[in-house]
Amino acid sequence: MSTYLGLPTLRRKGDAGGRATPSGTRPDEPFGPVPHPDDPLRWGETFPQAARAALGNDQMRANLGHATSTIRAKRASVVGEVPDWEALRDAGAAIKTHVMAGLPDLLEELERNVTARGGVVHWARDAAEANRIVAELVRAAGVDEVVKVKSMATQEIGLNEALAEAGIAATETDLAELIVQLADDMPSHILVPAIHRNREEIRRIFLERMADAPADLTDAPRELAMAARAHLRRKFLTAKVAISGANFAVADTGTLSVVESEGNGRMCLTLPETLITVMGIEKLVPTFTDLEVFLQTLPRSSTGERMNPYTSLWTGVTPGDGPQKFHLVLLDNGRTRALADDVGRAALHCIRCSACLNVCPVYERVGGHAYGSVYPGPIGAVLTPQLTGSSGHGDPNSSLPFASTLCGACYDVCPVKIDIPSLLVHLRARVADEDRGRRVPTGWGAAMKAASAVMSDGGRFALAEKGTVVARILAGRKGYVRHLPFPASAWTASRDLPAPAKQTFRDWWAKEHEQPGERSDR
Amino acid sequence: MSARDEVLTRVRAALQESDGAAAPELRGAMSAQAPVPRDYRAAGEDPPGSAAVIDLLDERVADYRAEVHRVAPHEIGTTVARILEGSSAVVVPSGLDAGWTSELAASGTALLTDSREAPLDVQTLDGADGVVTAARVAIAETGTIVLDGEPDQGRRAISLVPDLHVCVVRHDQAVQTVPEAVRLLAEHPERPQTWISGPSATSDIELVRVEGVHGPRTLHVLLVG
Repeated sequence: MSTYLGLPTLRRKGDAGGRATPSGTRPDEPFGPVPHPDDPLRWGETFPQAARAALGNDQMRANLGHATSTIRAKRASVVGEVPDWEALRDAGAAIKTHVMAGLPDLLEELERNVTARGGVVHWARDAAEANRIVAELVRAAGVDEVVKVKSMATQEIGLNEALAEAGIAATETDLAELIVQLADDMPSHILVPAIHRNREEIRRIFLERMADAPADLTDAPRELAMAARAHLRRKFLTAKVAISGANFAVADTGTLSVVESEGNGRMCLTLPETLITVMGIEKLVPTFTDLEVFLQTLPRSSTGERMNPYTSLWTGVTPGDGPQKFHLVLLDNGRTRALADDVGRAALHCIRCSACLNVCPVYERVGGHAYGSVYPGPIGAVLTPQLTGSSGHGDPNSSLPFASTLCGACYDVCPVKIDIPSLLVHLRARVADEDRGRRVPTGWGAAMKAASAVMSDGGRFALAEKGTVVARILAGRKGYVRHLPFPASAWTASRDLPAPAKQTFRDWWAKEHEQPGERSDR
Repeated sequence: MSARDEVLTRVRAALQESDGAAAPELRGAMSAQAPVPRDYRAAGEDPPGSAAVIDLLDERVADYRAEVHRVAPHEIGTTVARILEGSSAVVVPSGLDAGWTSELAASGTALLTDSREAPLDVQTLDGADGVVTAARVAIAETGTIVLDGEPDQGRRAISLVPDLHVCVVRHDQAVQTVPEAVRLLAEHPERPQTWISGPSATSDIELVRVEGVHGPRTLHVLLVG
């Protein structure tokens, strides 16, 4: 897969394609420009617009370059020591394929088993319904404060904001999530939401926004982590309600699992009286022993460790140990829309390891915020537009499948073998199809029509080849063309055009196959 | 229609809608008809408790900067007393082998016994200097110990709130691979499990690993055999 199909131009910005709200980045933010989207899955700007702004942020790019190169090396080293890595990927991919095909029965099986062990299962069609259910459960517990374990599902539905509107304060307890929350920022990475911040920025955020931060706090990561420990300790020990996501739910036993590092997950899953877990309906595995695959591939792919420090597994309520009230909220929020596309559905196999972000040359340069969704990077580019649906050029999420060079690095590292490059091409085709009914052709469409006329006729093609001489002259000694006049400027505005070869293939062929005594001209 | 029925109806409709429409080159590799290929290692080359497995476990646990102690069964009590020397109060689960902590108790440390029936409150746990537990299984390749909440390991909170955890693992509890451990744990999937690989840690600041955040900042593992 190497064809780069280019970005479609955007002509109908902010039309009915959804709630295309401006991301509202304010220049006077104390911790640099941060987005304030209304919709966690559609921040408002198209990828090219947001990327252009992000590329101007040298500090962020330096932070990201440092972080992603570190994690890439760690991952490569621990994956390299597993002799059956490819077999584990194959098994993981196949298990997830089975989950999608058997989802209705598996969901009912999970519900039965969680209920049998004393849990209560709730279903939510969309973000608003999930938020309402959680807020009601918190109120029923008689509190207005909750602690949270980092969870992509609750980021996706904007739970913290919804709880705040309901008068409930939610405290993020994962260190990176805490940094993001204190800075009133948005996450920019699935695993390390504050990956765009360096230690000095984090120190400033703590000093300004964390009331109990020691005044002599330095920017040493150990000191910063200890400040967070002290800040959160009292909250953990007194919290009555905790909210978590889930990495896996086992249908045949009703067991849920959270994979984490700091122990904040264990604190939330163990100490409060009530635990509310919000989980996408795709996070299932059929049997308990299926965990043997993912508990090997997930830690090595995500943090580059042989195993993450803590993994918790619980099944409903255990009398006398841990929360005595357990609620599981099963979330659709666009997942069934993705499921209906039997190619695109593979994006639902994702186990949120974030390996694809760390290897992506595009992500490394533009950062997570440019994707305009809490799911950034390669997986975000295929997952986000499927969760929200898209409506052609007017929708910022329609630009996401084009946010890639299709280099394939994401596919190579994916622990469940999601063929992200093929999904991107598939979704690009869908965007093109959505535009077919339009009266005014796009520049892209016009160019393709013109190319088709030229390429389908040998004579016309030979004539066009003569024109490449001009491009060679324009390219000069550097060997590439920087600027072309309109309409070709649409191409050269964002990329260089390599100089055409000295000799065309047809000339070469004619010369190579020249019979003695015969003229090379046909 | 209830949310439950509507979500399930949508799921069923999505699966029907999509039947057979996809490009064959993308479907071939992902057929739900074919059984799941399980060509990965179901067990390691070395048997549970073998010298090779214990050596690997030792190395991998230490790699997380946990402290590993190789001891004979009769040395457990002395080792525990040495690690926790000078502690005023240490938590023990009700089913813990009393011999493991008798020397510690004799040195003047108060043992706080915890059980599901008579749980210590969280402030008491927070005030304790440490906790001693057994384990259910240990995984050598990943340096992981697993607790499953039985009476010799206790409630999940006791191995979480105190800042120092001493965990006693018998050689015959150590397996080489993750699948061996999962298949053992699958005998009682309903038990609450905690998989522990080193002390708590974070890499959230510039991906620099810092040991010791919210869970115990110090982990001692006794390998007994």
